[in-house]
Amino acid sequence: MFYAVVSIAILMTMVLAVARAVKGPSIYDRVLAANMFGTKTALLLAVVSFLFGRMDFLDLALAYALINLVGVLAVLEFVEGRIESGKGKLDD
Amino acid sequence: MTIVFALFLLTLLVVTALAIVRTKNLFIATMLLSIFSLLMAVNFFILDAADVALTEAAVGAGVTTVIFLSALRLTSQYERGSLASSRWIAVIVVVTTTVLLISGTINTPNLGDPNAPVHQHVAPFYLENTEALMGFPNVVTAVLSSFRGYDTLGEVFVVFIAAVGVMFILDARQGTGPEYELRVEKGLKHHLIPRAVGGLLIPFMLLFGLYVQFHGEYGPGGGFQAGAIVATAFILHAILEGERTALKAFSRNAQMALIIGGSTLYGAVGVVCMLKGGTFLDYSVLMEDPVTARQVGIIIIELGVGMAVCGALLSIFHSFAARKPVAQAK
Amino acid sequence: MIEVAIEWLGNALLIVGAASVLIGGIGVIRMPDLYSRMHASSLTDTMATLALFSGLMLHSGFTLATIKLMAIMAFLLLTGPTATYALANAAFRSGIEQPRSLNTDDQEKSAP
Repeated sequence: MFYAVVSIAILMTMVLAVARAVKGPSIYDRVLAANMFGTKTALLLAVVSFLFGRMDFLDLALAYALINLVGVLAVLEFVEGRIESGKGKLDD
Repeated sequence: MTIVFALFLLTLLVVTALAIVRTKNLFIATMLLSIFSLLMAVNFFILDAADVALTEAAVGAGVTTVIFLSALRLTSQYERGSLASSRWIAVIVVVTTTVLLISGTINTPNLGDPNAPVHQHVAPFYLENTEALMGFPNVVTAVLSSFRGYDTLGEVFVVFIAAVGVMFILDARQGTGPEYELRVEKGLKHHLIPRAVGGLLIPFMLLFGLYVQFHGEYGPGGGFQAGAIVATAFILHAILEGERTALKAFSRNAQMALIIGGSTLYGAVGVVCMLKGGTFLDYSVLMEDPVTARQVGIIIIELGVGMAVCGALLSIFHSFAARKPVAQAK
Repeated sequence: MIEVAIEWLGNALLIVGAASVLIGGIGVIRMPDLYSRMHASSLTDTMATLALFSGLMLHSGFTLATIKLMAIMAFLLLTGPTATYALANAAFRSGIEQPRSLNTDDQEKSAP
């Protein structure tokens, strides 16, 4: 029962993160929302695997926790490349 | 409980899809696509499809986002507007097709209904006989690698063709001229924190990829997921250290060799089965005990699938990332 | 007796984790500025990770699931701050401004 309450709370936060992604005035707000969504997904997968009682599904949370980082580092490299080659900052 | 989850997730899916279509800035669309992909992964998870959820999370939120960002480097940030005259025709065609498709699904059985006709013939055979014929519990891996092995062979060839197609379009041969120079860049070498954390994470990602590869018979996993995770580890290395160092560690020829080796390994298992007296891809003739023989056959072809997927994803990433953008108009 | 205590401690940690997640979500919506939002997201992420995974580990005892949960917790604690660093660096070098001070003493000093 507690697992259900926790997963509803995480789902509501995911809704708020998507709201920030759609609304956010600058680009970095959306990247922040995407990264936050990813971490909440890893938490949700862990809690829901306890809710459904199937412990094999923890592998998915582990895979997701590892893969979440690559997207934000790619954004940093993209921005660095643009600043270096002088194309100017990412406008909105 | 599942209904509550589905309500939240499907609403978020529609909202994200509308936001992706409405934005004109491709960078924003890429970030929203990453969120979309994660929503699909959680949807699959709620529907109890763990293998598909793992593949969607590994490929969609990790590799695809990075490949889109590498492609965005080469082009402009905004999409060109479409012609205004053909918009109403497009809307009418889309709405008509949607109405026809939805009206076609009115009389089909409910999702997951166990009495639907499609679940009466082949599916009970797989569910009842997997433990007896194969000796391991994961029915998805049994169906994918052994009962429907031909289809998976076709999928590996499709992955091969996709990688070769991308290399043709992006002209990945060695040559002279401004667009063939490797772009001079340092990766993230001056940032200490990502390099330190990445150095800790990459060995664990590789180890986890190998675990998922060989554990695919007992839990969610298999060749496709493992290939995507190992490719993500190498892509993280390429982002942190720069293209030059990454291509010295794992050259383009080695990536191509992985794709070719993986596909050939899969086909070779089939040919060996034929030489030993069975039909193509009938693993039970490989050893004396048919159950053990099927397990050995499945391990070898999953290895082939993992190699092919890893090589293909890395080839596609490096085709985009190694290319220097020629001076373009904004 | 001790099992009941451990289970209730786990439940309490789960509730703390859920509360931090919600507070983080509300913070990301309501904070006025990009850097404040980053602060809200990353701090509550770490707190939620620690609380939720400790609660789940207490619920599952000495099994394989506990080892997997420890691994997931370690990776989330490593990658969260790194992502925040990367994003803040990218935003700062692209010229997103830091906010004016909201401290009324500084505002009085700088006002003519």
